[in-house]
Amino acid sequence: MKGKSNFVLLIFAIAIAIFPVVVGSVQSISHYVDVMVFAGIFALVSMGLSLLMGYAGQISLAQAAFMGIGAYASGILTTHFGWPSSVALVCGMILTGAVAYVIGVPSLKLKGHYLAMATLGFGMIVHIVFNEEVNLTGGPSGLVGIETLGLGNLRLESLYAWYYFVWACVVVFLIFCLNLVKSRIGRAFLAIHADERAAEAMGVSVSAYKVKVFVLSAMMASLAGSLYAHYVEFINPSSFNLMWSIRFVLMVMVGGLQSLWGAVFGTIFLTFLSNEWLQVFSEFEMLIYGVILLIIALFIPRGLVPAIVETIRRRKFAAKS
Amino acid sequence: MDRVILKLENVTRQFGGVTALSGINYSIPEGIIQAIIGPNGAGKTTLFNCISGMLTLTSGKIFFNNSRIDELPAHQIATLGVSRTFQHVALFKNMTVLENVMIGRHTKSKSGFLSCGLRSPFMKREEKEIKERARHFLDYVGLIGEEKVMAGSLPLGKQKILEIARALATEPKLLLLDEPAGGLNTTETEQLGDLIEKIRELGITVLLVEHDMNLVMERSDRVLVLNHGTVLASGTPKDVKNNEKVVEVYLGSMEF
Repeated sequence: MKGKSNFVLLIFAIAIAIFPVVVGSVQSISHYVDVMVFAGIFALVSMGLSLLMGYAGQISLAQAAFMGIGAYASGILTTHFGWPSSVALVCGMILTGAVAYVIGVPSLKLKGHYLAMATLGFGMIVHIVFNEEVNLTGGPSGLVGIETLGLGNLRLESLYAWYYFVWACVVVFLIFCLNLVKSRIGRAFLAIHADERAAEAMGVSVSAYKVKVFVLSAMMASLAGSLYAHYVEFINPSSFNLMWSIRFVLMVMVGGLQSLWGAVFGTIFLTFLSNEWLQVFSEFEMLIYGVILLIIALFIPRGLVPAIVETIRRRKFAAKS
Repeated sequence: MDRVILKLENVTRQFGGVTALSGINYSIPEGIIQAIIGPNGAGKTTLFNCISGMLTLTSGKIFFNNSRIDELPAHQIATLGVSRTFQHVALFKNMTVLENVMIGRHTKSKSGFLSCGLRSPFMKREEKEIKERARHFLDYVGLIGEEKVMAGSLPLGKQKILEIARALATEPKLLLLDEPAGGLNTTETEQLGDLIEKIRELGITVLLVEHDMNLVMERSDRVLVLNHGTVLASGTPKDVKNNEKVVEVYLGSMEF
C-alpha cells in the first residue's frame, strides 16, 4: 500500500515535470503553462481547505481572505518597505497564522452554517480593509510594481522557473498533508469530523485541533497569496473576495472533500474551466459553477477523484474474478 | 479493595429548573464492577456525563484518584485514565475498525504536526506501536480479523464491543459503560458479561449503567440505585434485590 502511494506520487511528479515540455511545443496551448502556475498556487489553498473541511469537518469561507492577507503582506512589505521578498513571504505566513488563531479560537466553537457565516463575515471585513486602507493597499485600484520572488541572487524570472517552483511547493505540501492525514493527527481530524463528543472522550482536545488545522490551512493560503502577488506582480481586492472563497470550496468539493489528490485535481480542473474553457460564458460562470456543484452533490457526493479511483478498482476486481 | 478510585461529593446538576442529580455522595473502591441502576430519567447517564467531563456540575465535587476532576475538560479527564462508551453507539463510522481503536491510543502517543507531516523516525516507530497495541485490544475483545471493515457496517453487537475496545485502548483505570447490553441478544449479553469480568481482572474499575438486571445482578460487585437524581439504595446485588424501596420504584415484581 505504501509503495503504491509512493508510485502514484512519482507518476504525478513526472507528469508535472514533463507537462511544460509537451504543452510548450504546441503553439495553440503553450499558455497552459501559465494557467498551471495559477492552478498550482490555488492548489496550495485547496489542500489546506481539504484538511480543514474534508478531514476535520470545519467549513471556512475565509480562505480567500487569508490568501489576501499573505498577498498584501508580501506586496506591502516589499514595495513600501523594501523588504526582501522571501522574508516578506514568511512574515506574511506568520501574520496570517496569528490572525487565523485569533479568529479561530472563538469562531470554531460554532458549528456548520454558523461557522460558515462567521468566516464569511471575517472574509468580508478583510475585503473592506483591502479596499479602504488606500495608503497601504492602494485601495480598489490595487497595488502595482511588486517584484518577482527571489532569494539573494536567485530570482524567479521566467515562466518555467515559476512553474517548477510553484509545483515543487505543491508536491512538498501534498506529501506533508498526505503524511499528516495518515497519522494520529489525521485520525484525530476524522474523529472530530465524525463525533466530537467521542473524540473528546478518547482524549482528543477537539478545540485545540480545530484551531491548529484552521491555522495550518490559513498559512498555506497565505503562502499561496504571496506567490500570487509575486507572480502577477499586481494585486487588488477583487482577487480575494467572497467569490474566490466559494471557488476554493467548490474546487475541493468537485475533486473530493476527503481527498488531497481530489483537492489538487479539482483545482486544476476548475482553474482551466474558468480561465480557458468557460471564457465564452464569462457572465454565466457562476451559474455554471452552481450547476456543477449541484451535479456533484447529487450524484457524486464524494467527489470526482474518489469516484474515479473506486471505478478503476472495481474494474480491476471484476477483471480478476 | 479499599482504595477509593472515584469519590462523588454532593454532586448536583440542574438543567434549567430540572434537577437531574441532587447532592449525590458516593465512593467507589478500586478494582470492582460497580453497577448503577434506576428507572429512566433517574440521572444515570447525566452522572456519567459529569464524571467524564461532558457536563459541568452545578455544585459539588468529583475526585478521581484523590485529585479533583470536575473542572477539567473531557479530553484531560480521558488522559488521566477515565474512558467511556456511549448509550447510543458513538463510533467513528467514517473510519475502519482498526482506526477506531487506534484513536484510543491518542493520549498514549505524542507526535506533533511536523513530526507526522515529515514522517520522522520517531513518528514511524510510534505509529507502528499504535497499530500493534490497537490490534492487541481488538484481539482482546475478539474482533481481530475485522480490522479493515468500516466501523459503521458492523452489526450492532460488534459495534458495542468495538466501542469497548476503543475505550480500553486508552488504558483507563476507570471505565464507564453506558448500557453496553442495550440491543444485544442473550448470547451476546452473556459474552459481554464475560468480557466485563475479564476487564476487571486487568485491574480496571468498571462503572456499569445497565437495564439488563440479569447482567447487573450476576456480574457486578456493588450496585448503586438512583431515583430522581438521588441515591435510593446501594450495596451488594443481594442487598439491593431485597431492598423494599428498590423493589417498589424500580424492580417491581420482577423475578431473578
